[in-house]
This record gives sequence, C-alpha cells and structure tokens, in this order.
Amino acid sequence: MASKRELVIVGGGPAGMAAALAANKSGVRDILLLERDQYLGGILNQCIHPGFGLHRFKAELTGPEYAGRFIKMVGDSPEIEVSLRSFVVKLTGEKLLSYLRPGAFEEIEAGAVILATGARERTREMIHIPGSRPAGVYPAGLAQKMINIEGWLPGREAVIVGSGDIGLIMARRMVMEGMKVKAVIEIQKTSRGLARNVVQCLEDYGIPLYLSHKITKIHGADRVEKVDVVEVDKNFNEKPGTGFALACDTVLVSVGLIPENELLELAGAEIDRATNTPIAPEVNLTSIAGIFACGNACKIYDLVDWVSRDSEKAGKMAAEYLKTRWNTQTQIL
Amino acid sequence: MKRLMTCIECPKGCRLTAGVGGRRLISVTGQKCPRGKKYAKREVESPMRTLTTTVLTSRLELKMLPVRTNKPIPKSKLLEAMKAVKRMTLISPVRTGSVIAPNFLGLDADLIATRDLGKKL
Repeated sequence: MASKRELVIVGGGPAGMAAALAANKSGVRDILLLERDQYLGGILNQCIHPGFGLHRFKAELTGPEYAGRFIKMVGDSPEIEVSLRSFVVKLTGEKLLSYLRPGAFEEIEAGAVILATGARERTREMIHIPGSRPAGVYPAGLAQKMINIEGWLPGREAVIVGSGDIGLIMARRMVMEGMKVKAVIEIQKTSRGLARNVVQCLEDYGIPLYLSHKITKIHGADRVEKVDVVEVDKNFNEKPGTGFALACDTVLVSVGLIPENELLELAGAEIDRATNTPIAPEVNLTSIAGIFACGNACKIYDLVDWVSRDSEKAGKMAAEYLKTRWNTQTQIL
Repeated sequence: MKRLMTCIECPKGCRLTAGVGGRRLISVTGQKCPRGKKYAKREVESPMRTLTTTVLTSRLELKMLPVRTNKPIPKSKLLEAMKAVKRMTLISPVRTGSVIAPNFLGLDADLIATRDLGKKL
C-alpha cells in the first residue's frame, strides 16, 4: 500500500537540498528528500578544494563547507524529512515512486517529484581509446573519491586524458599526495577547464598540458604501462611523425559529464539522446507535468552556485504546481 | 619587465599584464575587479595558495577528514606542509572550522576542518 507524500525529491546533493528548501519556503509542508549515500551533500563531499560559493555566499568555500551550509539549513527545516541510504528503483508517469532503504521497500504516491540525481562521468569507452584493458584507468571523479574519501592512491605515475576541471583539480591533488603527473592530454585547441585551474593546478606544478593532442593507445597487460600520444590537426586527424610515448601506471579520464536520468526515462518522459537531458520548453521542467529535474540532471553546470540558484527555481515551480493542482481538484469536487 | 598572468581569485580568470621590476609590481592591466591588482601584487612579491587536503582519522565516522588552511600560505611551502599533514592522525570528533593544527608550521595560518565529523557509530 503506497503512502502519500506531497513532494518527493530524489537526490540530496546541492540541487536536491536547494530545491527542498525553496519548496518549503514556498509553502510545501510535506517534503521527503531521498539520498542513496549515508550523508547529504552529494559530489561536494569529495570536492575538498576551494572555489565554491563565491557568488552564493560571497566567500570562497571548499565543497564540504558549501554542502555543510545547506545541510544545516535542511536540518533546521522540520518539514523536510531526510531519508538516507535510500535508493529509488522505480518511478512512473503517475508519480508512483518505489525505493529501498535499509530493511525496507517503500512505495509512495507523490503529488510532485523533483529529480536531482546529478550526472555520471563519461568513460574511456565513450571516447574510444584503443589498446588493452588493464587496471589503472579511472574516470577522474572516481579517482577523486578514492583519494579524498577512501584515502587510497590510484597509482604512482599518471597521465590525464582531457582537461576538464575535475582532471585539472586531480592533477594537483595527485602531486600533493606524492604521485607524479606526467601530462594532461587535450584533443581540443584550448583547455576545457577554467583558466584559474590551468594556472593553479598545472602551471604551479610544472605539469605539461598538451593541447591538440590525443592518446592513440593504452598499453599494459594487468596494469597500465604506457600510453601513446600524437598531435592532431584541426580536423582531429593524427599528424604523422609527431607521436611519442609516456610511461605511466595510471590514466585518468576527464572528458565531461552526462546527466543521470534513468528514473525519468522509466517514467516515460522524453529525453534528448545526444545530451541525455530532459526535453522540455524550460529549464527544470520535463515532458511530464509534476515531474521536475534540476541541477546536473537537467543540464551540466560549471558552478555549484548556479545549481543552487536554478534548483531553488525548481522548488518554487513544484510548489506552484502543487498549489494549482490542489485548486483544480477542489474545483472539480 | 612585462609579465602575463591569469588571475585565480575567481572563475572569471582575468588575463593580467603586469609591469614588474625585480620582485615588485609596478603596474597591472586587464583585471575586471580590484582583487586582480591584489592578486598580481602578491603573485609577484610572494605567491600564496590555500592548502586543501585530507587528514587520516582513527575511530571516526570517515577515514579521511577534509581540511584547509584558514588563509593562504606561501606556495613554496605547500609540499612541506603536505609532509606534515601525512604525519597527523585525528582521533577526536570535530566541527567545521575546528582547528586541527594552530599556527601550522609557523606559517601564521591554522589548519582547520572543513566538515563535521563524529565518532564511528
């Protein structure tokens, strides 16, 4: 038997927390915030570097500090119920939602749903790097979790593919932890990451950034042994005679994020296959009325400050939807 | 002497052109806010960075506690600071902002916790 809840938010990262707080402020009194991890804060927990909150809080915070401010606000809101270690397995277009939590399987009939499920990292397979499949190839964010949360080092000598911000941040982090970072390889003519990260993460430590270069092969039987690198022309074709090899035991792949929208797909909403974003006329909306998407699930953001800002709008939109629906239903009765 | 640099104070990353005489800043252009000038001056005189890293814990709810210096420290001291961090083990619960090491390495900055961390349940 499904229990009824006014608003259910899936994901307790910066997007989900901002949406919950804004919905509550806009008059929604019954909010359930589901988080699959054992803490709120999402990916911010592993982003221990500074650079967050310059717009939002006019202060340069680390990820955990930025998350901490929202976690406190959520904790101070009695109308927001937080359920940790809660993994949503099903969502229908009628807003029936099922989730698992330790010791229980729960079913809920939600008035409105906000999906704040974040994004996944693009993998080696998605950029087609040929070669063997040894251990030692990691998406950059996974390596970040290994080092900052689990306290392990992924290897000793690393090459980073792609110059996204996570890869740049990880270059510095690995050097600080005593690893050697041989190079960052970027196929485009310019870095994908913020200029400040190229300066403070690569230039500060003398890590070479090879623009207009790509990895043509990963070598290694059990463990990565080396990678082949070559320069490319403006059409991304290899320039003959420019190849060289870099010995390393670790390859970090930092080539962008893809919104995580499996639940939305299960519910039958329209998804853009190229970007994995919801097809909708406006940010935060989906093709199903009453189901919203915010944060990186809606589109990939550069700054968490904008995630918070836009997710607050999602919270307000959900509150507005619930009010209108209530009015319509009362009229019918 | 002219020196090109990128301001790292915020995500805008302004391209600065600094006029430099020895280790002194003489002029700067390209900044979109006053922080750019301050950054250029410090970068020429003695570059500073905030250290963020993790400290090993014992019997607390997470294995690693994220920490940072509460103000920037000389860039040249970062790796030495990391060596000192590696020798630490945190054994008591902390709150965000708790001082882990006061006047860390005599650098006039405290090493502080950047999240709450309780006892292992």
